[in-house]
Amino acid sequence: MAYAYAMEVEASDRYAELADLMSTHHNREVSELFAKLARIEGKHRDQIAAKMGWTSPPDATVFRWQTPEGPETTDYGELHYLMQPYHALKLAEHNEQRAVDFFERFAAARVPADVQAAAREMAEEEREHVRLIGEWLARVPPPEPGWDEDMDPPAVAD
Amino acid sequence: MQHAQSPGAGQTARSVSVVLAGSGGAGVMTAGNMLLEAAAHAGYYALMTRSSGPQIRGGEAAAMLRIACEPVECMEDQFHVLAAVDWENVQRFNAEIPLGAGSLILGDPDQGEPPEVFVRSGCTRVALPLKKLAKSVPEGRPNMVLLGTLAALLGLPEDAVARAVEKTLGKRPAALAPSLAAVAAGRAAAADIPVRFPLAPPPARGTPRWLLTGNEAAGYGALKGGVRFVAAYPITPATELLEWMSPALAQVGGTLVQAEDELASINMAIGGSYGGVPSLTATSGPGLSLMVEALGLAVAAEIPIVVVDVMRVGPSTGIPTKSEQGDLNIAVHGLHGDAPHLVLAANSVADCLGTTQWAVQLAESLQTPAIVLSDQFLGQARAVVDRPAAIAAGTGRLTADAGAPGYKRYAVTENGVSPMAIPGTAGLAYTADGLEHAERGTPSSQATDHFAQLDKRRRKLTSWNYGALWADVEGDAAADGAIVTFGSCTAPVREGLARAAADGVAARLISLRLLAPLPAGQLIAALTGVRRVLVIEQNQSAQLYRYLRAECDLPGRVTSLHRPGALQFSPGEIHRHLADWSRA
Amino acid sequence: MSEIVPSSVAPAMRGPNDYKSDVKPVWCPGCGDFGVVNALAKAMAKMALEPQDVAVVSGIGCSSRIPAYMASYGFHGVHGRALAAGTGLKIARPDLTVIVTGGDGDGYSIGGNHFVHACRRNVDMTYIVMDNRVYGMTKGQPSPTTEPDWDSKLSPEGTGLREFQPLVIALTSGANFIARGFTGDPNGLADLIERAVRHPGFSFVEVLSPCVTFRPEQKEWKKRVLPDAFKPTADLTRAARRMLRDTGFDLGVLYAGERPPYAPRGPRARRAPSDLEARFAL
Repeated sequence: MAYAYAMEVEASDRYAELADLMSTHHNREVSELFAKLARIEGKHRDQIAAKMGWTSPPDATVFRWQTPEGPETTDYGELHYLMQPYHALKLAEHNEQRAVDFFERFAAARVPADVQAAAREMAEEEREHVRLIGEWLARVPPPEPGWDEDMDPPAVAD
Repeated sequence: MQHAQSPGAGQTARSVSVVLAGSGGAGVMTAGNMLLEAAAHAGYYALMTRSSGPQIRGGEAAAMLRIACEPVECMEDQFHVLAAVDWENVQRFNAEIPLGAGSLILGDPDQGEPPEVFVRSGCTRVALPLKKLAKSVPEGRPNMVLLGTLAALLGLPEDAVARAVEKTLGKRPAALAPSLAAVAAGRAAAADIPVRFPLAPPPARGTPRWLLTGNEAAGYGALKGGVRFVAAYPITPATELLEWMSPALAQVGGTLVQAEDELASINMAIGGSYGGVPSLTATSGPGLSLMVEALGLAVAAEIPIVVVDVMRVGPSTGIPTKSEQGDLNIAVHGLHGDAPHLVLAANSVADCLGTTQWAVQLAESLQTPAIVLSDQFLGQARAVVDRPAAIAAGTGRLTADAGAPGYKRYAVTENGVSPMAIPGTAGLAYTADGLEHAERGTPSSQATDHFAQLDKRRRKLTSWNYGALWADVEGDAAADGAIVTFGSCTAPVREGLARAAADGVAARLISLRLLAPLPAGQLIAALTGVRRVLVIEQNQSAQLYRYLRAECDLPGRVTSLHRPGALQFSPGEIHRHLADWSRA
Repeated sequence: MSEIVPSSVAPAMRGPNDYKSDVKPVWCPGCGDFGVVNALAKAMAKMALEPQDVAVVSGIGCSSRIPAYMASYGFHGVHGRALAAGTGLKIARPDLTVIVTGGDGDGYSIGGNHFVHACRRNVDMTYIVMDNRVYGMTKGQPSPTTEPDWDSKLSPEGTGLREFQPLVIALTSGANFIARGFTGDPNGLADLIERAVRHPGFSFVEVLSPCVTFRPEQKEWKKRVLPDAFKPTADLTRAARRMLRDTGFDLGVLYAGERPPYAPRGPRARRAPSDLEARFAL
């Protein structure tokens, strides 16, 4: 559960950072979308804490992810300043799917039975998240060809 | 022109000038230094400069000394004695060794004839068999013999000479005895010389006296001003300043680090100063050219820093071993953009101390770079001076206290100086930046921020009260003529003016110490009632003259006396020019 | 950061976000440098450094904007001179943790001379170079680490020059700790940075940091990097031999040496300046 908590914290912080980043680049739609995702992950985080009865967070420095970052954390490299909500949701979907995979691996691993049960429960929750994102995606138009075309050349600041 | 005269019998002189020349390891510099110290121990004031060929060792060399009953800060019009161990290429120094009919040339007959250019003066020539005399003493050296002879000609007491020899050679007892013996042989040989130049009795001991170079004085002034970090890159003629400071800093809890080039040294010093430690570097013209970008950074980020520029002949590599006042332009105008900062100039060996100290204090109070213009003549001349008077302490760097909420590093304050957060202080972290910035320090491309910060940085300098140190104002305060000068020109101008005064030519003398921001108000006030202004400086393009005319409305008729470096003005030249100037 | 969703659970100690300032980075979305800010903040949090005792020093370039994004003291100097400024700061204030940051242009081109001498001098500080093999801020010219045949306006058909080898230069010049990281692995990078800061002497971390705008092909780097390809050694010869096999994408700590860090030498004291006057007095 500590893993789950840490995952949600990292994911939420990352979405919040991306919301700022997108707003600096005047991509308001995606910025608001990331902000919403940040709030959702924040709620997940708080739900876990409430379920576990924690008043202070578990020490997140004790363990390391096997991947470069947490399963639900968006890779900085997957962004584009002109990205569409569709892209952002695709990233979110990918994140949630990775979370599912993470917990399923945990559940199949040689761990105590109660941990396996908790992992299966988390996997189920994350699968629900995938489904929800999928529904959201269905409501969002796919990007048109030329979505990443910018007629202006890059600017220079320094 | 004051001609070097051999005084009549029983007459003494209040100032005597001698040259020791020689080559190939003759040791004339060492002998010259000993003569200087002997004069000091005997109670006289003195000044010594040196010239040498381009060889690192074994080249031709000349030590020039002036020994006097009053403080002296420039050479006379002529030398009384030119004494040479040998004549190898000594004529290359002929422009710096003017002789007159009353002068004396001492030479070793075994070394051939003196160069014609010296003989032409019509002076007396006396043979002094230095080599033979040296051989008459076990391990005797000709330069020590020469020292003994000259000391005798000037009437310096034996014990003063012995003391000087012991101080230099005391650590090598094997060399000490032969040297003292050689000195004695030289003193004895002086009896055969028909011409003498005895000094008048030395003045009574009043203020304690020091023996030091301008570079050493500047280094010490920096320490007194609070400098505790120096980044150094060697360059002629500033290297000795840095070398003096290295162990001195270690003694007072500071540090000197040698940098890989001037770009590194200036940026290191700025980094140290950003950390809260008053910092400094020293260089010459070529190094200053490299440093101007970083100085602009210090202006923009409002970081105190002091650079001592020991000016040498330019442009480019120029003549590293000779003096010129050619860096005024780059010191004042060398930064791109509008980057007001401080420029000061020391005007004597002793003044190198006070001016550098003042520069450090001002840089700290005003959070800005200060360039101190010294020059090769002042920096490397060794002088016996009255212990310099102390100057008032500065206000120190205005720093911000921990935890002040909403701290703005570059807040626009009334006098333009905003408190500086020193790293390590909680709650005040900011980023110092060369980019233009808002009051908080964050980069800004807004014109309003740019105007506000430019105004702040200029206003802090122009509204500061610099007090009385802005210049040395001397001479006849009622005179309707005034001379404006700076740096090492001050001494010959002062002496030339004194002679002119005896002829009835009256003038005020203003030696500027603060060059930027130009204290125009005080300058104009000091020129009240003046109808003729003469600007004297040592460069080709009359840099000070143009600068003054651009920055303020000088009264009356303004003319310029300027000449490039490699040769200092003499008091006689100034005197002659003043005579013409006063009639114009 | 205005969008951070406040937690219902109280934080136990300073987290990485406490080491970031409230200034929002203006780097392009997709820029590798975001990973460095993240990693740096994580490392500082892990080491529980006081933000006011850390100074981040930089030169000019996209990556040199980092000081403003951290909550520590910052110094944004002129192009290529960050190592000099950081050296002066650390020697004058040895109590501070000094981290110098910059890009491959700032560090290896105009700053190349200072790089070599900083390695030699071995002052106790950490140098992080975000290498994207291009001059980003000035819109896409080759840098010293750019491949010889990379086409650009300033050097059509490539420079034809052999790439600068920062790890080799650092090794032969005397850097006491040498590592290569990748911004696509902020946690691994945070680990490297922590080890670099903790290691005495001059610690150099070269960080592969893709430039999404001028070198979009660098998105493939995440497939090419080889995590933990270096095994740290204190043996200079072994490290040098290892570099003969370097792919340019080998990650990890190459060298962790034992040279003592720079310290002023010679006798020292804390006298008053006036004690020095005896040297001049007659």
